[in-house]
Order: sequence, then structure tokens, then C-alpha cells
Amino acid sequence: MNDRIKSLKEKSLNAEPYMSSQRAELVTEYYQSDEAKGLSIPVKRAMAFKHIMENKMLCVMKGELIVGERGLFPKSTPTFPEISLHSLTDLEQLNSREKQYFIVDEKAKNIYQEKIIPYWKGKTIRDRMFRKLSDEWKLAYEAGVFTEFLEQRAPGHTVLGKHSFKKGFLDLKTEIEEAKLKLDFCNDPNAFEKKEELIAMDLAADAIINFAKRHAARIEHIIKKESNPERLAELEIMRQNCLNVPANAPSTFWEALQHYWFIHQGVITELNPWDSFNPGRLDQHLHPFYTKEIEAGTLTKERAKELLMAFWIKFNNHPAPPKMGVTLKESSTYTDFSLINLGGVKEDGSDAVNDLTYIILDVIEEMRLLQPSSMVQLSKKNPDRFIKRAIKIIKTGFGQPSIFNTDAIIQELMRQHKSLEDARNGGASGCVETGAFGNESYILTGYFNLPKVLEITLNNGFDPRTKKTIGLKTGDPSTFKSFNELMTAFQKQLNYFVEIKITGNNSIERLYSKYLPVPFLSLLINDCIKNGIDYNSGGARYNTNYIQGVGLGSITDELTALKYHLFDQRTFTFRALKKALDADFKGANKMQEQLIEETPKYGNDDNYADDQARIVFDMYFKAIDGRPNTKGGSYRINMLPTTSHMYFGSVIGASPDGRNAKQPLSEGISPVQGADRNGPTSVLKSATKIDHIKTGGTLLNQKFAPQFLSNNEGITKLAQLVRSYFKLDGHHIQFNVVTADTLKKAQAEPQKYKDLIVRVAGYSDYFVDLTEELQNEIITRTAHEDMS
Amino acid sequence: MLGVISNIQRFTVHDGPGIRLTVFMQGCPLACWWCHNPESISYCDVKDAGDNLRFSVSELMKEIKKEQVFMDESSGGVTFSGGEPMMQAIFLEEILRACREEDIHTAIDTSGFVLSDAFHSLMDKPDLFLYDIKVINNTLHKKYTGASNILILENLRTLNKYRKNVIIRIPLVPGITNTKENIHDIKNLLLELPNIKKINLLPFHTIADGKYKRLNLENKMQGIRPESNANNVEIRSLFTEAGFETSLGA
Repeated sequence: MNDRIKSLKEKSLNAEPYMSSQRAELVTEYYQSDEAKGLSIPVKRAMAFKHIMENKMLCVMKGELIVGERGLFPKSTPTFPEISLHSLTDLEQLNSREKQYFIVDEKAKNIYQEKIIPYWKGKTIRDRMFRKLSDEWKLAYEAGVFTEFLEQRAPGHTVLGKHSFKKGFLDLKTEIEEAKLKLDFCNDPNAFEKKEELIAMDLAADAIINFAKRHAARIEHIIKKESNPERLAELEIMRQNCLNVPANAPSTFWEALQHYWFIHQGVITELNPWDSFNPGRLDQHLHPFYTKEIEAGTLTKERAKELLMAFWIKFNNHPAPPKMGVTLKESSTYTDFSLINLGGVKEDGSDAVNDLTYIILDVIEEMRLLQPSSMVQLSKKNPDRFIKRAIKIIKTGFGQPSIFNTDAIIQELMRQHKSLEDARNGGASGCVETGAFGNESYILTGYFNLPKVLEITLNNGFDPRTKKTIGLKTGDPSTFKSFNELMTAFQKQLNYFVEIKITGNNSIERLYSKYLPVPFLSLLINDCIKNGIDYNSGGARYNTNYIQGVGLGSITDELTALKYHLFDQRTFTFRALKKALDADFKGANKMQEQLIEETPKYGNDDNYADDQARIVFDMYFKAIDGRPNTKGGSYRINMLPTTSHMYFGSVIGASPDGRNAKQPLSEGISPVQGADRNGPTSVLKSATKIDHIKTGGTLLNQKFAPQFLSNNEGITKLAQLVRSYFKLDGHHIQFNVVTADTLKKAQAEPQKYKDLIVRVAGYSDYFVDLTEELQNEIITRTAHEDMS
Repeated sequence: MLGVISNIQRFTVHDGPGIRLTVFMQGCPLACWWCHNPESISYCDVKDAGDNLRFSVSELMKEIKKEQVFMDESSGGVTFSGGEPMMQAIFLEEILRACREEDIHTAIDTSGFVLSDAFHSLMDKPDLFLYDIKVINNTLHKKYTGASNILILENLRTLNKYRKNVIIRIPLVPGITNTKENIHDIKNLLLELPNIKKINLLPFHTIADGKYKRLNLENKMQGIRPESNANNVEIRSLFTEAGFETSLGA
């Protein structure tokens, strides 16, 4: 890393998250203008976008190679009052909260008070949404049965495809003209709407081209003051870049990065799409530019690396916009989930790993930044060198890259009726979500709290926390004669809440379609232009909605405990159990211990427990998969939590797996913390008893101590472990390499780290089982390895 | 036929090639001072002699086969360790045969302290022997392990004669097995056995201290610290220079 990159990185790391009111001001100004009156909504949205891109303050920093900031400076983050409006109290809270804070200055507060709040109050999507949603929906939402992704952030959740690196926005404008010519105003009743949408897209294309030109002008201004000849030459190229892209297709490596970065700015400024946006298969997109320039001698490997590093820093400058309430709880992080994909297969099915893949991996290792996130797509066709290189980065312990199964992703996409080529060009974005990059709108609509549904079932439709009947009366469980009877009741409740969620989604989707079309994003995803339909109205080639199941490990262990103790072993009665749960196990310590220690658990390759995982998964799949959404596509499931397992746990009382009230649920498809006692191979076996191919993504976390990965043999064996998991159709795995810090915590709170395996001198053991002396030895050694 | 098993460990990576499952079989005729599995020495552990430790061949095969995908992917397999697995010769023979039918690679981690008849009958069954050599001087061997090494060395010569696949494992116990004389003796012995070419040196560590405390057993290695790595590396060079394929650590 050279001095320039070091200094830019330092700036990025030191910058404090700051809330900028500029975008809110500009969009409000436009909505209030005379010009906006009488425009169709898509055109008004495009004009508002153009107004922002043509008037927002620009930021070009000393030493920068890639330009463009969404806010005023690094980590300055705008708000989106069209979607949800921050109140003055919210702004106070943003400024003062300990985690995920944003500095809000007095000026911003005044602007909000005087301009933003008076205009948007009652008009935001969130306001409209909550006016329309049913009482049943609100009861379930307040009880914590599910969350709503679109209450504070827009549908987005999509990734750029390879065509976008081969076209400029002038090319897209030509496509728009062609689409306009094809409109049939006699036979197509929607032709007039399509025309408005196409006009809007055309304006949005102008907006981004002008945004780039403004940067060129700004750089020209800087050039006049610059005296260093080296920097002058650079600045001149940067100025040219901003004139060439994104108006035209990029022709150099540098232009390609700047081209994407302008697009990224456009997408995340137009609205705040959930799981921001990302370039997808970066090594594939950039490789032609890289090869061409290396051969021509116009680019060196070092320069390519420097440009990539500068590009990385731009992502890190952009935290997710300020979240509040449940949205903050389900996703309490600054990360905006841009997930760079590397490796995988090409469109023709062949191994896609190339020399640039390894260069980008070097960049990831050197940068060690929170953003962007990175992942490797591992196909059976990829070489071992690739996975081993990734593991060598993982072992440095900053949680990146995660590892995905390309061959499973392709099967998942094919099951959803995507073409083979579109599937091979796809990947995963956000946390683990499968998508056909460049061709699909795949909206996550909310997390779904599976263990909460069981709690409501065990209370015959009543929610003990909100003290309201929110579910169906499926019977008093003490009268159930068999486990099947219990499962039937659970399934009824599950279907009931799924239908409430989907009904709500349908109404919310219509609101976005009507009030907040995204003509800019629609330019990027096939086939919005061809169809003349907005991304938010079903213009994309594929339109998928997801509801993300949470707490598979927890609900499996809960159901298993009920089956084992109430019906098979008859250890105790339902009434006795219910009494203990209601008392949060006070006075029932023995029962709690039996539930925790003397019950089969998910994560041990034991079918007695894992059968329940399969049953719940299949019920959840049947309840959701294949239902139509409002955009001509279908509902699908995936299994991931982000941080919602903490929130979902906090709304549930003590549970039959021995978990105390309000404690977190299991995350992703991982076992309950400490429930897996047979090591990683058993966890992987349990986790693949559900059919990953029927999902759009699952998330599995595994902890490892760095000692295991200290030599080549350990790395090889971890690679083999991953390959085995993928053979079993596992979708994703990420390794949490445990640091000395974690080990210290494990020493202090052993009950929370029962599953932590450490390896020393050829022998493996559970860390908490070791003598204090040896624990200290390992901690010291780990600390040493952390530093090296 | 039932086997008495003290523990089954999955994802073991140092008891033979690839990703393995290690079956620790209960009971050992030796009582080495540095034993890492003191709980597995007595044939039937008093505290844990529940039925849950007794496996039939088919029950154990079920557990082994759970790991098959990992074994296939890594060219791994199953290792029978202990205790002394060959003490349960009939069970071991049956389970080895069952593994062979399933095409699962097998290894036996043995002290070699096994009656010749039993040893001969088992010799052809596993794919690999992990064969412990501790002390050559028999007086010292008796002192530190509680038994003579005559049988051990005889069985090793048999493996050499029949060209079996063997990896010699030498625990480097400070002041006991890692002395200059003993290392020299081991080297000379192995040089007489032309078909044995691989050595795995196992550095001493104190990981079992906790077990001794927990089980309230006398720990004869109390206070002995692990040897410096430089010393162990020197011993490895000695074997490497003598023409052995030698690895250090596990």
C-alpha cells in the first residue's frame, strides 16, 4: 500500500458518520417547484433525481483517483424523506446513540424543522403504508413475528450485470428511443404509461452524464491550481475519464472503475435501496480491460492494484443511511452490504478464476476494510489454489471473504426458471442472497420469526409479551395427544402469519410502484427499457420476492425438546413445562438443565433432532414458495438473519430448548450457540439436511481458531471441508477465525462458548474444557499470531 | 460382538491422511507416564462404564459412514486409536472388514504391545499402521511404560518383513524419549528395517494435565515443560539425514 492509499484509507477510517440534509433539501425543493406540478410521477422522480445530481455539492479529494461521494465528504450520508421521515426526536437520537450513530448538526435540524418535516409529514411511503396495512398485520409486526424491509428503505437488492460495462448511457438513450418507437398506442393499453417511464429513464441518463461532467469541470478547476507534474497528468486523465464515462462505454481499466462508481452513486442517491448496490462479478467485468492494457503496456499490475484500492476506499466512505426502530434492530450495522463476487464460472460454464481474481484477493487482504464485503464463488471447476488463497485471507481474522457454492447457486436459479446463461452470470449479494446479476429484481421483504410462531402456538394464539391474541386459536397444547397434532397446529399458525405478511407486501409493493418508481435503476437492469416498465413495477426480466426465515436452529431444538420430553420420553407434562417457561425457569433449574443437556440437538448429525429442521423448513417452503407477487414474479424463501436473531430473541419468552427469555435466537442455519458438540463435520451434515437448492440463500457460520490454519495442511483440510459441504449442496459458509480477544471472553464466560474448538499440538478440544493454564497458553499464542 | 469405546472424535486431521474419524478404544496394557488419554487405560472405566460406550459393529459403522463425504473429498478415513485398539482384536477385525467393504481407508494407532497371534491375524486388515516407538533400552521402557518392549520390537519387524504401510510415531518426551542415546538407538533400529521409511515426531505437550486433575489421577509428568522447538527440529534433522521422511508435530 503506497502513501497515497494509506492517507486516503486513513481519512476514510477516521471520518465520522455524519447526516447530511442536502439531498432531502433538494428533493423537497423540487417537489415544491412549479416545474414539478403536472408531471407524471416517473418523470417527476427523474427530474428530482436530475435536480439532485446537478446541484449537490461535489467532493474531489487530494490524491483521489476515483471520484464521487454521495454526501458532502466521506461518511456524510443523506436521508430519503420520500420513504420515511426522521422526526426531530429521531435526529436527536441519531446524534446521541452509542451504536450506529450519525452526527446531526444544528443546521440540519433546522432545515428538517422548517422545510423537510412540514412538507413530507403524512406523505412518505411509510405513512401511506401504515395507513393501509391491516390490524392483523400491525399486531403481528408489533409482536415481532416479522419485520418489514421496505418501511425505511427502498426495494433494490440487485447487482450490476456484465452488459453495463459494455455500454454507456448514450447507448442506453438510443435503446430508449428504439423502445419508444415500438410503443403501440392503439393496441397496448399501457403504452402511455410506458412512454412516461421511458421519458423518465432518458432524463435519468442525462442526470448521471451531467453529474460526471460536473466532476470533469471541478477537476479542471483543480488542475489550474496544481503544480506537481505527476499529479497534473493524473488529474488530466481523471478529467477525461469523467467526460468519457458513464456517457460512453469504458475503454480502460481506470475508466471501468470510474464508470461503475458513477453508476453506484446514481443508484444509491436516487433512493436508498436495501442492500445498496454492487458491481457483482468484479474480476469478470474488469478482466478484459486489464488484459488489454497489460498487453498494450498502458497499465501495470501495481497501478491496477492502486486503482482497485482507491475504489475499495470509496465503498468504505459510504455507510448505510441512518436507520431507526425495528429497521435498526434487524440490521444494526453501518455496512451497506456491497458484496464483491470473485471466481465462479463463466457464461459458458468454464472456470472463471483469472489472474485479476488473485490481484483483487491481494487488495482485499491489504485493505482490511469493513466495506465493501467480499466473497469467493467456489465451483467444482475452480482450482484449489483459489480456495486456499481465500482461506489464507480468512485466517487473518476479519471475516472476509465468505465462501459460496457456485454450483448450488446455479441450481437455485435454474429451479426458479432462469436461463442457464443468466444463472451462470449470477451470484450472491447482500449477505447470501442468490440473484441473476443484471437481470433480476430480488427484493427481500422482511425477516420471519419462526420460533415466535411456535410460542404463539404454545399459547393458543396469544402473545404473552404484547398480551394480545394475534394468531389463530389452534387448541390448548395440553390436550394434544401426539407430536403430529402439535405440528399441525404450528403449520396453521405459520400459514396464517405468512399470508398476513404477503398481503402486506402486496400493498406495499403497489405503493412503491405508484409513488416511487426508480427510472435510474431501471436503466441498469434488463429488460426494464425494452419493456418500458419501471424496476419497481416489474420491468426486470426476473422479479422475485423473498421472506427470510430466522431461527432454524432454535426452532429445531424447541420442537425436538417437545417431541422428546412430552411425547416420546414423557419426562414431564405440557402443563409443567408451560409453568416453567412462564416463570423463565425460575424454580425449574433441573428442567432447564434437562432441556439443555439431556435433549438431542440440531448440529450433531443426529436425525432425531435434524428431522424437525427438515419438517419446519418444508412447511416454511410450502407456505411461501411459488406464490405470485405483484410484479409477475414469485415468492421464494431464504434463511438468513443479519442481526434480526437478536431482536427476534428479545421478543420471545423462555423457550422449550432451555433458552431464557429475551436471549438471542440461533443465527442463519447455524446450530444454537453451544448446542453442537461433535465438531464441524457434524454441523455441516446437519445443515445440509434441509434442501438448500430450494432457497435463495442460507447462511452458516463456523468458528475456528487460527492455530488450525497455521500451516498448509490445515488450510488444505479446511478447503476439503468446504468442498465436502458444497458437494452436499451447502450454499454458503463463513469462517469466524477466533482471536485472542474472543478466547479471553470465552474464558470469562465459558457457558457462552461451549462450542469453541481449539487445536493445539495435534489434539483438539473444546476450549472451555481446558485447564486455565493451558487456556492462557493458547491465548498468548493466539495473541502472538494475531500480531504477526 | 461389542466394542468398548471411550470416545469418537470427528474431523481429526493428524491421525493419518486426510480428514478422519478417530475411534478411541478403551483399555491399554501399557501405562506410559505421559499418556494423554489416561481415562482409556483401564479396560472398563469405572466411572463411565455405561452401555453408551459399547458399540456393535453396525452401530459403529453407522457413525463412521456419517463422515464419508469428508473422507472421500480428502482421501481420509477412520483411525482406531486408544487405549490399545488391538486389545479388542475380534471386534477390531470385524470393524476393519466392514470398513474395507465400504471402501473406507483405515489406520490403526498402536503401541505394538500385542500378542503375536493376534497381531498376525490383524496385520493384513488395516491400510496403515501408526506405530509407536518409545524407548529402546528395555529397563527404561519397563520403567516408563510398565512393560517390556520385546514384543513391540518383534511385531515391528514383522510389519517390515511383510512390507506393510507403516508410519513410526515417536513421542518426544523431555528427558525420557528425547535423550541422545534413545534417539540414536531408535535410528539404528529403524535403519535395520529397510521397508520402514516414514517417521512422525510428536512433541510433548501438557494438554492432558486437566484430565489428570479432573480424574484425580497421579500425573507423573507434573511440572515438565514442553521442549524448545529448536531441540525438536534438531531431532528431525537427524532422522531426515538418515534418509527417513520425517514430519514434526501433529
